Amino acid sequence: MSSFDVQRVRQDFPLLHQEVRGRPLVYLDSAATAQKPQAVLDAIVRFYQHDNANVHRGVHVLSERATEAYEGARETVRGFLNARDAREIIFVRGTTEAINLVAQTYGRKHVGPGDEILITQMEHHANIIPWKMLCEQTGATLRVIPVDDRGELVLDAVDALLTEKTRILAVTHVSNALGTVNPVKELTRRAHAKGIPVLVDGAQSVTHFPVDVQDLGCDFYALSGHKLFGPTGIGVLYGRLERLEPMPPYQGGGDMILSVTMEKITYNRVPHRFEAGTPNLEGAVGLAAAIRYLQALGLDAIAEHDRALMAYATQALESVPGLRLVGTAREKAGVLSFTLEDIHPHDVGTILDREGICIRTGHHCAQPVMQHFKLPATARASLALYNTREDVDALVRGLHKVREVFR
Amino acid sequence: MSSGSDDLKDLYQEVVLEHSKRPRNYRVVEGANHEAAGHNPLCGDQLSVTMKVDGDVIRDIGFQGQGCAISRASASLMTGVVKDKTRAEAEALFEKVHKLVTEGPESVDVESLGKLAVLSGVSEFPARVKCASLAWHTMRAALEGRDEAISTE
Repeated sequence: MSSFDVQRVRQDFPLLHQEVRGRPLVYLDSAATAQKPQAVLDAIVRFYQHDNANVHRGVHVLSERATEAYEGARETVRGFLNARDAREIIFVRGTTEAINLVAQTYGRKHVGPGDEILITQMEHHANIIPWKMLCEQTGATLRVIPVDDRGELVLDAVDALLTEKTRILAVTHVSNALGTVNPVKELTRRAHAKGIPVLVDGAQSVTHFPVDVQDLGCDFYALSGHKLFGPTGIGVLYGRLERLEPMPPYQGGGDMILSVTMEKITYNRVPHRFEAGTPNLEGAVGLAAAIRYLQALGLDAIAEHDRALMAYATQALESVPGLRLVGTAREKAGVLSFTLEDIHPHDVGTILDREGICIRTGHHCAQPVMQHFKLPATARASLALYNTREDVDALVRGLHKVREVFR
Repeated sequence: MSSGSDDLKDLYQEVVLEHSKRPRNYRVVEGANHEAAGHNPLCGDQLSVTMKVDGDVIRDIGFQGQGCAISRASASLMTGVVKDKTRAEAEALFEKVHKLVTEGPESVDVESLGKLAVLSGVSEFPARVKCASLAWHTMRAALEGRDEAISTE
């Protein structure tokens, strides 16, 4: 009894209704960044037209309203992730900053020479480089869970890689390059059995299915607003309160302190301790509007739409001669990475672009997993709640055109 | 206004496709005394250029690496054209090609470019200028004897 009507959903996204290169726009690059519903645009404009002021400071009415909007957004995110407490929600610039924050606070405090940090072969650079930097700073070693040729994690290898030296496991929920959905609940269970905390990169997951951080049991969960149909420059770090409380601050500045003398600084409580400076108010307001929009559509209905479209698209792409899907995990979400004969992905992307079809080509900021597949690059089509079967059909027609040009 | 389809035909001309499929001088030059590596970090394309320079003249030049049709064709065409040219002549060709792919065929004397004129379609595709110029940047770095890897970024 799903009331999800994709044609009605499309009406909510003004950007989609335009012609590019003389053709109707077909946007299949939402894994890079998603388009925004009118509700998000309206919320940002309304904030600036009525409520804008700095937060947590003023005694005046506008500051009260702005603080309410900002802290209200925190509560909206809490509900979205089913965190226990709004203090577990820290606003950051995006997934990248969320992971850097954990590496530089939790990591700097708990990781030392000879320790190990465990990640996977399929991580985005944002979940590799902060740990690599931490290793260089502390003398720790980066260990890697391998992937198999379907693009699934080799789970048999995990237990041996979780050692008494492992200080944290950092793993993506959904691979941005392959679409693989990883069993993060099971991985968390195994890591916790050895007392190892877990960070999950949720940049590509929350857009496609409901996420319950208490059910997953993970210690940290990171996401980006702009992939979740919200604005750029806002993201979220969820952290379990008992993990966050003892963590040292990240950046220093206003709002993250209780008192300052030249001799002594008393840091503010969680979450403000991790939010130095005037926060991205319009970002938080816009993100909350995006989440409310998704909740009104129904997270389960969105998941069902995305799952059905993914199945349709997989079959449709497999029908294109010479096309090889890269990443054929049993459970996938939103992402279709592929090669077409020996045509370079950039040439594929350029020809599709002239047909009005936007896809991503390249290494997807995930070079280690591309190295596993011995590919410098792939073409990637990614799906979102506003995509239709017609979009997929246009992609297939475009790919036939590519083959024609290169015949 | 040309249509998207015409632009594509201009970009992927027969000669370009042919050179990308069967690149000329796809090899390491034996006894090379100049070499450089080029890299486009945005797309991961990499190529190396090796040369044998005798006094002021490029006696032999080859390239190897991976890349899209545009970068392979441009590299292949380049090796054919700069062979037996002086450093100054190769440098002048680089400038012309760069103008051609960034500003279009009206900006240069296309006649003087010979076969390289097939790269003129690139100017309609700003995102692909780096593909077309990677080999040339790398060639220039090899001539100048710069050690550091060349990056289009």
